[in-house]
Amino acid sequence: MDEARPIFQQIAERVENDILSGALSEEGQVPSTNEFAMFYRINPATAGKGVNLLVEQGILYKRRGIGMFVAAGARERITARRRELFVLEYIAPMLAEAASLGIKPDQITQLIENQLSERETR
Amino acid sequence: MNSQNPVIQVDGLSRSYRDVAALWDVTFSLQPNMICGLLGRNGAGKTTLMRMLTGQDFPSAGSVRLFGENPVENSTVLQQICFVSEAQRYPDGFQARHVLAGAPWFFADWDAAFADDLVGKFRLPLKRDVKKLSRGQQSALGVIVGLASRASITIFDEPYLGLDAVARHTFYDTLLADYAERPRTILLSTHLIDEVSNLLEHVLVLDEGRLLLDQSAESLRGSAAAVAGRAGDVDSFVEGRQILHRDTLGGLATVTIAGRLTAADHRAATAANLEIAPVSFQQLIVDLSTRSAPAPAVASVVHE
Repeated sequence: MDEARPIFQQIAERVENDILSGALSEEGQVPSTNEFAMFYRINPATAGKGVNLLVEQGILYKRRGIGMFVAAGARERITARRRELFVLEYIAPMLAEAASLGIKPDQITQLIENQLSERETR
Repeated sequence: MNSQNPVIQVDGLSRSYRDVAALWDVTFSLQPNMICGLLGRNGAGKTTLMRMLTGQDFPSAGSVRLFGENPVENSTVLQQICFVSEAQRYPDGFQARHVLAGAPWFFADWDAAFADDLVGKFRLPLKRDVKKLSRGQQSALGVIVGLASRASITIFDEPYLGLDAVARHTFYDTLLADYAERPRTILLSTHLIDEVSNLLEHVLVLDEGRLLLDQSAESLRGSAAAVAGRAGDVDSFVEGRQILHRDTLGGLATVTIAGRLTAADHRAATAANLEIAPVSFQQLIVDLSTRSAPAPAVASVVHE
């Protein structure tokens, strides 16, 4: 766990990652709050807070007496939100670092293109 | 959940031994069914507080209420609490099996089958004098009694002395699993803060007999940051903030500040070539309890 951020947020992110990777499928059941607490060795109230965050966002939904499930369209919603954050969390810090290293904008574009073609040939 | 009656209510509690104040004007209440950490340095008053919570010592001033009642010589209350003390002593010739056999007399909700299961997990020899058990085995016995008591209020005072890392994690995992199944109030006094910090829902920190912090673990996490860089740049960045700790190395400085940093703060720090690092739960408590400033100011700053 990352010390700087609330644990419940990190739990919610890990569940989202599992949904994005397909480890948790839409309409599939997710582990119970207590199972999350045991697995990540955290207080059950914290695990519950993370799960509830995803319920509020419509990523998970409750079936009374049965458990928690991944909502239809959850993957799409997570992807859309993370795309919005992509600029803020990846592009902006990269540009700041590039500026402090004196890497010019056209060089950045070139570096990205090089990386992309390297990935394609792999 | 906060509308429930507190399971523990402490008001203006002080305890002096001759002219030394072991506890001074401590006031807090705990809602039922939480795992709460009781943290602080040696001599901070943790054991004194736990002894008064369990009716083994008497306040010089103030009051203690468990389930709304005074615990002293109150058998209804005492049957529902279990105090696992590091200093627990047993009579000569007493074996672990005698301790476990006697436990149902003291604990209304004792679960013998669970205790047997734990004896196996901790590999505790049952037919050996408790006095001849290793320090770790004696701790394991205490942990087993504490868990299997299933007491509504279970208090562990440094339960891990002599327990190796494997046994400690067995304790944490078992505590978490059993607590998840049967929520109850757990008060855990420990020095191994980083090991247990993720298990805690609430934190009480004592320092020199005073209550320094009384807040949710979640609100404490990330409520301080360490700023590192050239001393002059660091000093201008932290100006006007609550400084908890300061280290210097030549022209470099690392300063720990209280309060959450905003995204704008992070941008400003990056622009000034400063590094910002999170402060671990344990480090934060250490920084708070080594400060000389009066406690209330610190608590109010970290609380926001």
